[in-house]
Amino acid sequence: MRMFRAHVLVCAGGSCSLKANRAVQERLVSEVEKRGLSDEIKVVETGCFGLCEQGPTVVVYPEGVLYCKVTPDDVPELVDEHLLKGRFVERLLYQEEPAAGGAAAYQKIPEMDFFRGQVRIVLRNCGLIDPESIEEYIGSGGYQALGKALAKMTPAQVVDEVKASGLRGRGGAGFPTGLKWEFASNAKGDVKYIVCNADEGEPGTFKDRLILEGDPHAVLEGMVLTGYAVGARKGYVYIRGEYGLSIERLEQAIHQAREQGFLGSDIFGSGFDFDVEVRVGAGAYVCGEETALLESLEGNRGEPRIKPPYPAQVGLFGKPTVINNVETLANVAPIISNGANWFRGYGTERCPGTKVFTLTGDIVNEGLIEVPMGITLREVIFGIGGGIRGGRQFKMAQTGGTAGGCLSAELLDVPMDYDELSTVGSALGSGALLILDDTHCIVDVAHVFARFFEHESCGKCTPCREGTMRLSEIMARISAGEACQGDLENLEALARTMSMASLCPLGQSAPLPLTSTLKYFRDEFDAHINDKQCPVGTCRSLAHRAALVTTGKEE
Amino acid sequence: MGKRVRMPGNGAPSEGLKRVDPEAIDTIVAAHAGHEGALLPVLREVQEVVGYLPEWALKRVALGLGLSLSRVYGVATFYSLFTTKPKGQYVIRVCESAPCHVQGAQEVINALMRELGVGFGETTPDGRFTLEAVSCLGTCGVAPAVMIGDRVYGNLTPETVLTVLEEYS
Repeated sequence: MRMFRAHVLVCAGGSCSLKANRAVQERLVSEVEKRGLSDEIKVVETGCFGLCEQGPTVVVYPEGVLYCKVTPDDVPELVDEHLLKGRFVERLLYQEEPAAGGAAAYQKIPEMDFFRGQVRIVLRNCGLIDPESIEEYIGSGGYQALGKALAKMTPAQVVDEVKASGLRGRGGAGFPTGLKWEFASNAKGDVKYIVCNADEGEPGTFKDRLILEGDPHAVLEGMVLTGYAVGARKGYVYIRGEYGLSIERLEQAIHQAREQGFLGSDIFGSGFDFDVEVRVGAGAYVCGEETALLESLEGNRGEPRIKPPYPAQVGLFGKPTVINNVETLANVAPIISNGANWFRGYGTERCPGTKVFTLTGDIVNEGLIEVPMGITLREVIFGIGGGIRGGRQFKMAQTGGTAGGCLSAELLDVPMDYDELSTVGSALGSGALLILDDTHCIVDVAHVFARFFEHESCGKCTPCREGTMRLSEIMARISAGEACQGDLENLEALARTMSMASLCPLGQSAPLPLTSTLKYFRDEFDAHINDKQCPVGTCRSLAHRAALVTTGKEE
Repeated sequence: MGKRVRMPGNGAPSEGLKRVDPEAIDTIVAAHAGHEGALLPVLREVQEVVGYLPEWALKRVALGLGLSLSRVYGVATFYSLFTTKPKGQYVIRVCESAPCHVQGAQEVINALMRELGVGFGETTPDGRFTLEAVSCLGTCGVAPAVMIGDRVYGNLTPETVLTVLEEYS
C-alpha cells in the first residue's frame, strides 16, 4: 500500500459541487502533478463537510487545516505554500466571524465553534473518506458491525441491542426503531422487506442527501443489519428523483458491496442472503409518508393507506416491511459495534443518541451538523451556527421543516428532542432548522407555509384536500390586508379538524406552522388584520398601501 | 367530459417533438416485465426516450404491462416529474419553499419571468425553456436555488440567475 505524507480532502457534497469544487479538485491534481508530488500527496473527493455556506472547502491532513471558499486560482498558492513549504495560507483559513476581516489564525478543526459542540455518529465518515471507495469505508471500521452480527449474534440479539439503545426513527415521527423491528420480526411470513426512506422532501432538509452522498455504505450496512434482524432478504431504497448524485453514489456502493460479498447470497458464509435495489421517486412530497411511499414502490399513485394495519404487518406487496429513514439506518452499525450503553451515553434519557440538523436561513454557518439530542436552540444557533448573519436580531426558528412548528426568542432554551419540542407546540421532525432574523414578516412566511401544503396535498382525504386550500386562502387574505371578520377563528377551527381528521401526517401537521406562529406572533397577525399594516413591510400590497398613505396619494 | 378512450390500439406517435419508434416503448416494458411495481421505472424511462408521456405511449405501456389505461394515466399525472405535455428543451424548476423564499427567491422568480416572458407552467415561444415552480430541491444550504435540466444552481440573485441563463442560450 502506498503511503502519502499529506491528504488533501475536497468537499464534493451537493452544495460545494454548485460552486466549482470540481475545478478546484482538478486544479489540485494538476498542480500537485506539475510539482512531481503525486507520490507524496493524495487528493481525495469527500462527502459533505457541513460548512455549506463556506464552500468549496478543502482540508489538508495530517495538520487538519480547513480552507474555505477556495477558487481554482487559489490552488497554486495553496500547493506552493502549504504542501511544499509547510506554511498555511492564512487568507483562506476558516474564520469564525467573517465580519472581522483580515487573515484568520489557524485553529484545529475539533476546536472550532462549528465542530466543538458536535458529536458525529451518523456523519462519522462524511467529509473524511472518499464515498466512492469501499476500501476507505472498510478502513474506517465499515462492515465490522455486520461481521460481528452475522458471526456472533442471533437476529433476536440484534433486535434487542437496537431496542436497548433507545434509537428512535430519525425521519420525524420518532417511533422506537427496535420496537418496529420486533413487530416485523414477529410477523408471520417468509417474505419480508426492508425499505430505506430516502424520499427527503421536507423543505429545509437535506441531511439524507448529504449522508447518501458522503457515506453511502453506512446506510447499506444498516440495511443489511436490519434485514438480518427481522429476517428479510430484500431491501429497497426509495430516493427522490432530484437527487442525482446520491443515486449515482448509492448505485456504485451497491455494486461494490456485491463485489466484496457484503450484499448478495451467503454473506460472510453465514447462509444469510440480502440484496438492495434503488427505486427512484418521481416527485411527490407526500411519498415521504411511509404508506404513500409503499404505494409508490408498488407502482401506484403515492396516496397514503389507512393504518392499521401497520407496514410491519402488511407492508410492501402485502408483506411485513420495516421502513426506516436514511439517518436511522446510518445509526445501526455503530450501535451494533459499540453497544446500546455506549449509544445511551449521548443525548437524553428518552431520546438517546444524536440528531443531524440542517441549518438554513439567516444564520452564519448554513450547513449540516450532528449534535447530541437535547441540545438547545441557543447552543445550535449562537454556538455552532455562529449566530445571526450581519449581527441582526433573532426573530423566529422553525424546527422540523415546513411541517414543523415555529418558536420565538423566549423558547431558545428548550431542549430539542422529540418529546420536549412537542410540549411547546413544535416538532423535531426531520431536523430542519430555519432561522429568521427581524427583517422577516411572520405572516408572509406563514403564507408561504400554507401555499406549500395546498400544493402538496395528495387529495385523497377531504380534511387535508379542502383544509390546506382554505388555510392558504385565509393566509393570502391576511397578508394582503383583506382579512374578514372571523378569519382567525376559522383558521383555528380548521386547524383542529385537520389535525384530528386527516388521514396522514401531511394533513395532520399542515396547520402546525400556522398555529405555532399564531401562538407566538399574534401581534403581527393582528396588525395585518386590524390595522391593515405589515410591521416589517414585506407584505407587498400592504407596503404599497402604506406608501400611498405616507405620500398622501391614497384615494 | 372526455371522449371514450379506445383501448389500446397501436397508436402511432403522431404528436411530439421527437419521432420515436413505438417499439422502443415495448423494449422498455419488456425489460421490466415480471418485476413488481414496474410502472414508475417504466414511465421514467419512457419519458427519457420520448421527452414526455403522450397518450399513445401511455396506451402502449398499459397494454405491455397488462394494466388499465386509467391506472397508468393516474400515475403519470400524479407525480411532478412526469408530464403528459411536451415541454421546452430545458425545464427551469424554481424552488418556492420557505428556506428559499426568505433568502429572496421571489426576486429571482420575478427576474426569470421578466426575462423569459412566461409564467409558471409556460414555455417560451422558441421552445427553449419551460418555467416551473417546485416545492423543494433539497439544496437549502445554498438558497435560493434553481434547477435547470438536471443541474442545480444556488445562492442566486436576480442578476446572477440571468448570467446562468446565458449558459443555455
